[in-house]
Amino acid sequence: MTVQLRRGRRPAGQGAGRPGPKPLPGSRPRGGNLRGSTWADVALLLIGACFLLPLLWLVFASLDPTAGHATKVPERPGLDNFTAVLTPELLFRPLWNSLVLSAGTGAVTLVAAVLAAYPLSRYRSRFNTPFMSAILFGTCLPVTAIMVPVYGLFVQLRLLDSMPATVLFLAATSLPMAIWMTRNFMDAVPLALEEAAWVDGASRLAGLRSIVLPLMGPGLGVVFIFVFIQAWGNFFVPFVLLLSEARQPAAVSIFSFFGQHGAVAYGQLAAFSILYSVPVLALYVVVARGSGNALALSGAVRG
Amino acid sequence: MAANHRGRQVLRYLPVLPAMVLLCVFLAGPVLWAFHASLTNAGLTGRHARNPDWVGLDNYQRLLQDPAFPLALVLTVVFVAGSAILGQNVLGLALAVLMRRARPVVSATVGTAVVAAWVLPEIVAAFAAYAFFSRDGTLNQLLAKVGLAETDWLYALPMVAVILANVWRGTAFSMLVYRTALNGVPAELTEAAQMDGAGAWQRLAFITLPVIRGSIATNLMLVTLQTLAVFTLIWVMTAGGPANGSTTLPVLAYQEAFKFGDIGYGTAVASVLILTGAVFGAAYLRLLREQKP
Repeated sequence: MTVQLRRGRRPAGQGAGRPGPKPLPGSRPRGGNLRGSTWADVALLLIGACFLLPLLWLVFASLDPTAGHATKVPERPGLDNFTAVLTPELLFRPLWNSLVLSAGTGAVTLVAAVLAAYPLSRYRSRFNTPFMSAILFGTCLPVTAIMVPVYGLFVQLRLLDSMPATVLFLAATSLPMAIWMTRNFMDAVPLALEEAAWVDGASRLAGLRSIVLPLMGPGLGVVFIFVFIQAWGNFFVPFVLLLSEARQPAAVSIFSFFGQHGAVAYGQLAAFSILYSVPVLALYVVVARGSGNALALSGAVRG
Repeated sequence: MAANHRGRQVLRYLPVLPAMVLLCVFLAGPVLWAFHASLTNAGLTGRHARNPDWVGLDNYQRLLQDPAFPLALVLTVVFVAGSAILGQNVLGLALAVLMRRARPVVSATVGTAVVAAWVLPEIVAAFAAYAFFSRDGTLNQLLAKVGLAETDWLYALPMVAVILANVWRGTAFSMLVYRTALNGVPAELTEAAQMDGAGAWQRLAFITLPVIRGSIATNLMLVTLQTLAVFTLIWVMTAGGPANGSTTLPVLAYQEAFKFGDIGYGTAVASVLILTGAVFGAAYLRLLREQKP
């Protein structure tokens, strides 16, 4: 994880991300590799095209007022679908609900994760290893598998259709990964800096607030955005736990484009999908730029 | 003195409490509740919703007799093996290897396309995949262009459609893991092999893959766990149909509990899924411990 952090501070580290003076793979001036690289270019571009194809429909359909399933360049492209979607009921309220859910989840997760990570990172105890193992085990839990029991639990506790309860549940599902990442980021902050603050009379809490948290700022940002993106994109959890239309986030309200008799407004669906996706795509770019290899998460998993 | 020490120890770990409470109430609680409810006839509505009766292992016996369950089990294995272990894993490795040989511009562009499918909200990805595979969708348009007969993928070959869709959706994860892993392979090793006259395939098979075997194992485990839990993609594309033809375990658990209102039976299916996840999770922990010197 320390490597992750250091790599994170490198500007434009999103390429090979390799420390040291090794040149980029494509720039090696050797004949064999150059020929190989053209071959690799073609193969990669073919695969990349396959990955883009399904997204092409999304873009074309959003600009085409008469869109169906088929991908075709709109005859008369226009923003009609977007203007049709830009209403409080269709767009703003669901997006606001998504924002409340995701930001709430991010905030609760981050606070709980920082608090939990501090003793786990700073004290030695027999408690640490089993706890971290349990946490790692928790990251493996298939969340879709517990939705049926969670529904049952929410019925018993009369928590169905409650935003705060849904936020707490989402926070619990993202906590294992968040604690794991936060502790790794915190381990990278040297204890000596904190000790200097204690000598000056600062308390543990003051040390945490004024030394540790600012130093791990980028790491905390990664954790928050990571949790936010997951909550923003989550469909199954709000689909099961939030029933009334007024509370449903964009992931669920997207079904309002399916009419009563099977008529689907595909153009509007696509336009809505794009508006709903843009925030997480933007956040992902922020993480990818800010922390070098965007997969701080995969690094996090492997410790 | 000892008591004092222990007291301080407890106080120090007090900040872990909020996280512990959240995890116990919302994760450990439902898991335990699932095992309990799977032994009852709890219902979604009606008399058994509030006061379920204890039925012992009846639900599990039903699982064994219900033809839908073995089918769902097989389909789950097919889905995981096809889309995660073969599809995402191999394609992700291939992408990562190709990216090191291609021009940086090309590999960055293609990397963005692959990652885009992964970062999109799952419901949006599911709709895009649904449109792509539908009868008059992009795939059939392309097949018609090259003169092939069109197929109604979502009805005739639902598993093929959801497997391909999940490969499209999830390969980015494996690709990113393998890009990181390949960056850690010492260049001297492959260069020495090249000097000795090893071809590209030989270097991959005898040098690179053995060096990154730890990452391969980790990645296999993680993509298996992620794929086991896939619900939205299948539910939007085929809703498990036609005739349970693409009903994997998460979809079956959902249908039994919410469509047929049988929470007890649905949680029995969910319990099987949780246990499967737990087995893989335990194997994953072991694997990590072995990798650490």
